[in-house]
Amino acid sequence: MRGRLSALVMILGGVAFLFGAADAMSAESPLIDGEGVQIVNAQCGVCHSLALVAQNRADRAGWRALIRWMQDKHGLWPLGEFEAPILDYLETHYAPAAVGRRRPLAPALMPELSTGEKR
Amino acid sequence: MTDKADHSSGISRRALLNRGLASAAMMAVTSALVPASGSRASGGPPVATPKHKEMRLLSDRPLNMEAPAHLLDTAVTEADRLFVRNNGLMPVNPNSASWELLIDGESVTSPTSFTLDQLRSAFEVISLQITLECGGNGRSEFDPPAPGNQWTTGAVGCPKWTGVRLRDVLEKVGIRDDAVYIGYYGSDTHLSGDPNKVPISRGVPMHKALEPETLLAFAMNDAPIPIEHGYPLRLVVGGWPGSVCGKWLERIQVRNKVHDGPKMTGNAYRVPCEPVARGSQVADDAMCIIESMPVKSLITTPRSGMLCSVGDTLRVGGFAWAGDDAVDSVDISADFGVTWTRAALEKPVNRFAWQRFNYALPLKKTGYFEVWAKATDQSGRSQPMVVPGWNPKGYLNNACHRIAIQVV
Repeated sequence: MRGRLSALVMILGGVAFLFGAADAMSAESPLIDGEGVQIVNAQCGVCHSLALVAQNRADRAGWRALIRWMQDKHGLWPLGEFEAPILDYLETHYAPAAVGRRRPLAPALMPELSTGEKR
Repeated sequence: MTDKADHSSGISRRALLNRGLASAAMMAVTSALVPASGSRASGGPPVATPKHKEMRLLSDRPLNMEAPAHLLDTAVTEADRLFVRNNGLMPVNPNSASWELLIDGESVTSPTSFTLDQLRSAFEVISLQITLECGGNGRSEFDPPAPGNQWTTGAVGCPKWTGVRLRDVLEKVGIRDDAVYIGYYGSDTHLSGDPNKVPISRGVPMHKALEPETLLAFAMNDAPIPIEHGYPLRLVVGGWPGSVCGKWLERIQVRNKVHDGPKMTGNAYRVPCEPVARGSQVADDAMCIIESMPVKSLITTPRSGMLCSVGDTLRVGGFAWAGDDAVDSVDISADFGVTWTRAALEKPVNRFAWQRFNYALPLKKTGYFEVWAKATDQSGRSQPMVVPGWNPKGYLNNACHRIAIQVV
């Protein structure tokens, strides 16, 4: 897999970027485990942090639009046979939740109701 | 792992691991991107500021970090807690001695380059405190979600910048009457590794470029600008999205039309020209460039989640800013917006600097309370209590800041 990715990177002229990509590939991913996660790690992690994937939420059409935007503007290659399993994975694990006009404060910002000082 | 080792990566590994954001991959890449800490005074290569351990890492490639609100409780934002918003990869070891800024473009009579020493000696050097805020600050609250870094409230800060006025430099170079816009170019590189791709090249119209507060800055908080904030030279333009303040600045083009560099066009840093319903598809030609940022405020003390004692008086404080305008007033509510009381508000130290507010909140009853802050600018525009108009890229969320306290 790494050889294949290295070839891709070089085709794109990103030789200087090879080491970063290799680092990202050989280490643990922040993405939720599930069917297709390795394809997402391999294809998406070449250029950018996988944390960028993990912090976003979209439906299938939204993820597809993001892929098209990266292909139009940022040199992403055609994903071919990988596109469908990537979209399957993303719409399963990173779908938007309906939150309405304003969501509650994040759990990390809430008081603990136990006794004593929180921090 | 020792504390020293933590700092050598520029950010605290332990803090990141605690937040569950970090993977070994992110650590490895972040270490490579954020140069090791070292002494600036020695004249060695530029170094990144070790960031505060509570800074929240959104992405390591490109590097993007924001500050929890309580870290921003100082009038002049320190380098270790100023947000980082990068679009590409930072230059490695830029050389300030040989650095040159080229001024050219259709509306420049004779293209001219300046070294940093030439800028310092030929033009008046001034210092201003100027608030920088990412256009996408608050993006995480939009529904349906908008793509991009999911900033909460921390992509803002107000350091002290030192440099020369862009106006003075452009006047010396000479610009034609047909000048419309400036466009900047920096020495960062595109994430794809393609050397022909520019990560970002934005700008402002001439009236904004020629304001007396628009700086070519070579220092931040009386020190060389940290590499992640644009060493050795950057644009600082007050009141507009941070993305107009080009970092690692090598070139400014004076254009005879609206600048058309990457992230000026399409839907980048643009919002629908007319308001749209949530989730709408908006054509590129119906999107308009963001200019002034809207009025906004941040409660920086106390930190959200405090347990407080009934009968005490709680000091609620923070900062407010208003893009091209100034802040007229800040109101505080501790009852979900039912009643509001005016806070004390300081004047800005100069135009585009944020303004300190303070309020003494008597804690008369026990229970769960949210403290909300709502600023109003001098044109009468206030912060909404809910998230304002949805837009496809999730910009300009200036909903009032909320913190939670439990009074026991």
